[in-house]
Amino acid sequence: MKIRGYLQEAIYFSIFRGSAFIGITLLFVVLVLLFLPGHSVIDWHFLTSPWQHRDITKGGILPAIIGSLYLGIGVMLISFPLGMGTAIFITEYSKNSFWRKIIQLAIRNLAGVPSVVYGLFGLAVFVNFLSFGTSLLSAILTLSVMTLPWIITASAEALEAVPQKFRETSLALGATHWQTVKKIVFPAAFPGSMTGGVIGIARALGETAPIIIVGATFYLSSLPTSPLDKFMTLPYHTFILATQHSSPYASSYAAGTALVLILLTFLLSLGAIIIRYHYRRKKDW
Amino acid sequence: MNFKKNVHFSENLPRLIFGATAALTILSLISIFLFLLISGVGAFKEIGIKEFFLGTNWNPTSFHTPSWGIFSLIAGTLIISILALFIALPFGLSIAIYLSEIASPKMREMLKPLIEMIASIPSVVLGLLGLLFLAPLIAKIFHLSNGLNALTASILVAIAALPTIASICEDTLSSVSLRFREASLALGTTKWTTIKKVVIPAAGSGLVAAIMLGLGRIIGETMIVLMVAGNSRAFPHSFLDPVRPMTANIAIEIKEVVVGSLHWQGLFAIGLTLFLITFVINLLADILVHRRHSYEN
Repeated sequence: MKIRGYLQEAIYFSIFRGSAFIGITLLFVVLVLLFLPGHSVIDWHFLTSPWQHRDITKGGILPAIIGSLYLGIGVMLISFPLGMGTAIFITEYSKNSFWRKIIQLAIRNLAGVPSVVYGLFGLAVFVNFLSFGTSLLSAILTLSVMTLPWIITASAEALEAVPQKFRETSLALGATHWQTVKKIVFPAAFPGSMTGGVIGIARALGETAPIIIVGATFYLSSLPTSPLDKFMTLPYHTFILATQHSSPYASSYAAGTALVLILLTFLLSLGAIIIRYHYRRKKDW
Repeated sequence: MNFKKNVHFSENLPRLIFGATAALTILSLISIFLFLLISGVGAFKEIGIKEFFLGTNWNPTSFHTPSWGIFSLIAGTLIISILALFIALPFGLSIAIYLSEIASPKMREMLKPLIEMIASIPSVVLGLLGLLFLAPLIAKIFHLSNGLNALTASILVAIAALPTIASICEDTLSSVSLRFREASLALGTTKWTTIKKVVIPAAGSGLVAAIMLGLGRIIGETMIVLMVAGNSRAFPHSFLDPVRPMTANIAIEIKEVVVGSLHWQGLFAIGLTLFLITFVINLLADILVHRRHSYEN
């Protein structure tokens, strides 16, 4: 009986171990499968030239890279301050109150709304109701609402990780509540909330469905010069090349664009994680 | 006196500002619902709720009489959700059990971020790999003319939902009190029996909540199903049929409709349906998590 139990345990545990191994492998399989068809098209010209619709082998993806960067920066400028403000309210100003519970419920539900629904929301509110048209601005605002719950969650986690002692010490020295938040709690939590925020932005950069609906376009001869211009992005460009372009080279160019996109997202996430690691080593609490 | 007044002001202003930003989250959620409702409610009135949800034919641009039933689209979403959950659940739970119960702390520190990295693979990339590699493979295995169908989409959607399910299951399992495990092991059980009979039941509703959140992610997935599910509006009869889930239908058609037309309203009505489904799923997950917390305390 005992031996059978141990045998059973050995079998199950190897299944679990195998699953974890396969899970990790999946990540690398994705990268390799993308690299195989995609790496040959990536060169300096591909990264820095404007797009040529007629002959895709002659052009590059510069407008898509720039568009994605504008989008990322815009979303960051809006959702970071709002997200951190909300997180500070939740952790520092509303301990266990009714409002805190309601706000947290709203955040969790916002995080669960499908991205295509955010696209419809952006189309109804920003594109039509506020008449921003299909534009960079509409896309930035739509993605800002979408990333808000992620940023809030990450910031709130970082704020909650600041030891209670810090707050008590500061208050005991005669500092006011706001001074404590501004000078003690927020600086201590900042690296952590930045990390979570940047990972959120990296994820937002890969979102395609809302972008299709509120503003991205396929072919642009010039870079966007105002927030009300249309723009290209890496994920939408990948999608179009993969599904709607007739050139025989389209799939390898799609893979090349996707490779640039995934490297950009991974680099952002990795950079954020390294910064957090660096700060975590420096702090002694 | 004046000084004190200033202090009050500078203390209350931040509270007001942060409170306002926080209120913005509630406002966003409400306005998403309201704008979907306002833009979509006309469709329910014009088409009729029964016809809209139970009609199997969605053809708004038909030359003769347009038809407005989304049942085939709902069926597409359902088939993919069930299949994807069927794949992602045992897989994700196994990973979670390994990370939480078997792996050394050092191993876990290293592996968990890697699993979570899968979540940062953009879904358009998974869709592309589906087109390039998985669809041809599925076509070959099942002798189909092309591999763009519910099964192919489900496998990729399962990969997209895997990190969500694995990560939340792991959090839940790890939060089960160590005393439970020790008490069980002290009674002479094996580690596996402890996991099976003590840890998993104790994690119970938390695991169900993780599944719900994964399901929400699966239902909302758009790019993968748009690219590899086959886009057929016919009612699916097997998991090898091409399907068009609700999300894909919105993404395909929304660019080509006239603002305010019945077709536009119909697409917003589908969006509203999706919103309500995921809202209910999230709410249920929330209730389960809270029940678990009150039970632990």
